[in-house]
Amino acid sequence: MFKRILIANRGEIACRVIRSAKAMGIKTVAVYSDADADALHVKMADEAVHIGPSPAAESYLLADKILQACKDTGAEAVHPGYGFLSERAAFVEAVQAAGIVFIGPDVQAIEAMGDKITSKKLAADAGVSTVPGHMGIIKDADEAVKISAAVGYPVMLKASAGGGGKGMRIAYSDAEAHEGFTSAQNEARSSFADDRVFVEKFIEEPRHIEIQVLGDKHGNVIYLGERECSIQRRHQKVIEEAPSPFLDEATRKAMGEQSVALAKAVDYCSAGTVEFIVDKNRNFYFLEMNTRLQVEHPVSEYVTGVDLVEQMLRVAAGEELSIAQDDVTLTGWSVETRVYAEDPIRGFLPSIGRLTHYIPPTLGDDVRVDTGVFEGAEISMFYDPMIAKLVTYGENRDAAIAKQRRALDEFYIRGIAHNIPFLSALMAHPRFQSGDITTAFITEEYPDGFLGGALSESVKRAMVVTATLLNAIDKSRATQLEGQLLDPTGPHECGWCVTIDGEDIMTSIVPLEDKALVAIGPDKAEITCDWMPGDHVVQANIDGTDFAIEVDRAPVGYRMTSDGVTMEVRVQSIRAATLYGFMPEKVEADMSRYLLCPMPGLIVALNVEAGDQVKAGQALAVVEAMKMENILRAEKDAVVKSVEAAEGDSLMVDAVILEFE
Amino acid sequence: MKDILERLEEKRAEAKLGGGQRRIDAQHAKGKLTARERIDLLLDEESFEELDTFVVHRCHDFDMEKNKVAGDGVVTGSGTINGRLVYVYAQDFTVFGGSLSATHAQKILKVMDMALKNRVPVIGLSDSGGARIQEGVAALGGYADIFQQNVLASGVIPQISVIMGPCAGGAVYSPAITDFIFMVKNTSYMFVTGPDVVKTVTNEIVSQEELGGAVTHTSKSGVADKAFDNDVECLAQIRRFFDFLPLHNREKAPQRPTFDYDERIEQSLDTIIPSNPNKPYDMREVILKLIDEGDFFEMQPDYAANIITGFARMDGETVGIVANQPMVLAGCLDINSSKKAARFVRFCDAFSIPLITLVDVPGFLPGTAQEYGGIIKHGAKLLFAYGEATVPKITIITRKAYGGAYDVMASKHLRGDLNYAWPTAEIAVMGAKGAVEILYRKDKGDPELLAEHSEKYEDKFANPFVAAEHGFLDEVILPRNSRKRIIRGLRMLANKDLQNPWKKHDNIPL
Repeated sequence: MFKRILIANRGEIACRVIRSAKAMGIKTVAVYSDADADALHVKMADEAVHIGPSPAAESYLLADKILQACKDTGAEAVHPGYGFLSERAAFVEAVQAAGIVFIGPDVQAIEAMGDKITSKKLAADAGVSTVPGHMGIIKDADEAVKISAAVGYPVMLKASAGGGGKGMRIAYSDAEAHEGFTSAQNEARSSFADDRVFVEKFIEEPRHIEIQVLGDKHGNVIYLGERECSIQRRHQKVIEEAPSPFLDEATRKAMGEQSVALAKAVDYCSAGTVEFIVDKNRNFYFLEMNTRLQVEHPVSEYVTGVDLVEQMLRVAAGEELSIAQDDVTLTGWSVETRVYAEDPIRGFLPSIGRLTHYIPPTLGDDVRVDTGVFEGAEISMFYDPMIAKLVTYGENRDAAIAKQRRALDEFYIRGIAHNIPFLSALMAHPRFQSGDITTAFITEEYPDGFLGGALSESVKRAMVVTATLLNAIDKSRATQLEGQLLDPTGPHECGWCVTIDGEDIMTSIVPLEDKALVAIGPDKAEITCDWMPGDHVVQANIDGTDFAIEVDRAPVGYRMTSDGVTMEVRVQSIRAATLYGFMPEKVEADMSRYLLCPMPGLIVALNVEAGDQVKAGQALAVVEAMKMENILRAEKDAVVKSVEAAEGDSLMVDAVILEFE
Repeated sequence: MKDILERLEEKRAEAKLGGGQRRIDAQHAKGKLTARERIDLLLDEESFEELDTFVVHRCHDFDMEKNKVAGDGVVTGSGTINGRLVYVYAQDFTVFGGSLSATHAQKILKVMDMALKNRVPVIGLSDSGGARIQEGVAALGGYADIFQQNVLASGVIPQISVIMGPCAGGAVYSPAITDFIFMVKNTSYMFVTGPDVVKTVTNEIVSQEELGGAVTHTSKSGVADKAFDNDVECLAQIRRFFDFLPLHNREKAPQRPTFDYDERIEQSLDTIIPSNPNKPYDMREVILKLIDEGDFFEMQPDYAANIITGFARMDGETVGIVANQPMVLAGCLDINSSKKAARFVRFCDAFSIPLITLVDVPGFLPGTAQEYGGIIKHGAKLLFAYGEATVPKITIITRKAYGGAYDVMASKHLRGDLNYAWPTAEIAVMGAKGAVEILYRKDKGDPELLAEHSEKYEDKFANPFVAAEHGFLDEVILPRNSRKRIIRGLRMLANKDLQNPWKKHDNIPL
């Protein structure tokens, strides 16, 4: 086995590889750019080598720097992680030429699978099911009908130069194929001045399901079950799980065996993934093979019990696989969510900056967080904005999802926007829970984007009960203030009015030995909880059910977040609540009339002044953040009413730059 | 006898109705609460002891003798906030528009007298159309009597003004003298002369809200300390605020037990200073992570935001926090921030509240606007305030402490008790670039040479150790240990006894 390896990557995957290497007694070398000088992977590794400025093109993508770092530190092997250099054949060649082991497949496998046409051909030759279609140019509508019938309906007629849905027709019959070809061709001609049209099988209700394979240098290849990654947003995976709720044993076996055949065809000798698209009738078709460790590999590790990184290291060192296909069993269920630094409410706008608070959920045998950050770390704009992968395990899908929901509720991140509310909403979605998902799930269920989760009755009740308890704790502490004139009496006998989501609910609370009894209208609840003022997350058990609720203070009560929903929960005496009724409704300011600073940064240019007429798309201002210039453009035609900032100002997020009329 | 008792109850009930149900409804319709409702929310339940319930005015002009309402437009008395005594008065807009008559003023004076005599704070809730015109000079005299009493009470008991409706003309000067002014958004305003007069005299057209609303005074003029969304939220926050304050100047602020660990290590502070010295970071995060439970009552958050002031607790003890904010104007001191911080420092000193100062200041803001505006005298206010303060003073320099601004920000030289610096601190006369341009004027044309000089200067001065060698710093500490060090420091300084020379009063550069 290697004595020392270098990890040519950053972030969570570098940390992930270091973890397994450490457990195997292998010394680790990290590489880092300027932006990553204080990063977690640098701290975790035994040694770290600086390889250049922040942009990846000047650091993590420079093979020479990586090789030099290997030589300088005496690393015998390089783990590429994913992304960056992981699938660059030239890098692998250079590594091997330098006498260093590449922890991954051989060059020829990477090259073969890196090319869409070659890989598809190789797959077909290896007996792997590929999407049926006709890659040649079709002369006329009659030929289109002939080919369509041969491919089998439904088919997609697709303009060669097409895009954005233009020049695309779906046909379920000969007549539709005839008509569809003509219109697709016309549309293609007028839109792209290129009337070539192809025919391909149309996959109905497609699901993305992939097979994990593992090979060694002795010709052994096994498959470690599948992962379903159908929940995607703009082709970016959001949720992954293993196994797939859709596959039956026969399909799983067929997909697995075909994947192994493909891997063997290219002498695959590491961990890799064969991606398939699966239609509603469980027909599966090869998409591509990823010749590296996948982001979502932890779900496979959970259900198979195999440490994939450890296996990669072992086979790279020349060891023979110690696991045979028959040893592989899938036990239980695992779900992974990707926590991203993006604001789901604002069209998933990326958010960068400092993680002022980062409190991961309670970890355990069935909750795993793979991350490269910590409280006080920076999410930089130079790299992928993933904050962490949250992976949970349960004996079945429902249990794994329940643990996800709970862990997401506990995950407390502040300082930047994050997608946890969206992930929580997905986990709570009945259609997701039923397993009836396709790659179009997010577009179908959130056609207008994500507008916030829905408050369920049980979460609402939990918030009401918890707010009543928190208020009692706060009030009881207030009675311990020095210098009281009167004997402080406990607040517990008083009734309270809890206002949530526009509804007033009368509550009262009686403390018992190690719990409290809360009356909610005619209903009663028992709550145990060890929250103390200042804690960001309330862990409570209410009538036997565990809840985690994030809590921030509000002027009269609390701002609570759970299950992807944030609610302002007012707790007041009944008298105060009655008087609150006279208060004018708070109107959310209409911010569409303003140009807001999207991130903390410095105004380096202001291109307009008051009274200017601006056109949609016109550059209004330039904000520099993290040494990168961001051009802020007008969303629509407008007249500038006033300019509220000046060049050289350093602004906080959401600060007003301009006001429009 | 029974009749007499009943009669009292009747009279009380009548007094409680103030200007009558119709006017109460009108007050509610404006999104405002009545004087009694406000007192009810401000004080602990049933703790209010009313005074002068039956006082009426003595005016006989303009048929006023036919129109008398018990209480005469102001509700006064005492009560408790979380068990601690406070005197209050609340003007009642439903009675003669809350206008101030001679007797109305006398009622206010009575609670102020009692508060001063008994060393208990006063909270005034203003909602008044101004002087009662029918009474003329008698009303004016009433105002002046209140001002005088405000002046005498200043620095002895905390005085808090809450503007919950109109407060115009002479009336504004009572709040102006008190320690803090809070306002309610959209329903309160303060100005010396209203929009009509403004228009007549200067031809400016301006709305009440723009001229003297809560947003104006908390962001533009700095007259008010904080604005709240509505009456209920305002009064709830005043209760929270009151818990930070001592009752008077010979008592320490009340201790409140905390759940926060006194020796809490805050790892994330080790990474808050960016590697680029010109990149800002949010000083508010530092504050929130140092104090108990992140519970910070910030004063004037929207005014002169280049300096942060506010109250917090450290291990249960109230402290006043003053901190440069690098996010705004790079944390420079200017006229407004100097005035804002100086007044805050003086309040803390007057009421025995220890001062924690966090320093990241590149200097005073340059420019004609500042010089013509008198930055010399205004900056001196902060210097003066720190210099005269005898309360425990703990200072942490997080990054820049350049030039005169270094001296001003609670430096060792201004009798700082414990002056700490993070390893990222740079204590110097000025930044490297400016210093090198002066030191090496002859090399002006050679940018490379200048860069070299600059680097040398940085090596020498861009650290806390030169200052530490001089003993201007007591210790260089790890950011993560700051909370622990401050709390230990406060314990060490608990019995601090420092007297300034006897004087009638000082002569701060106003």
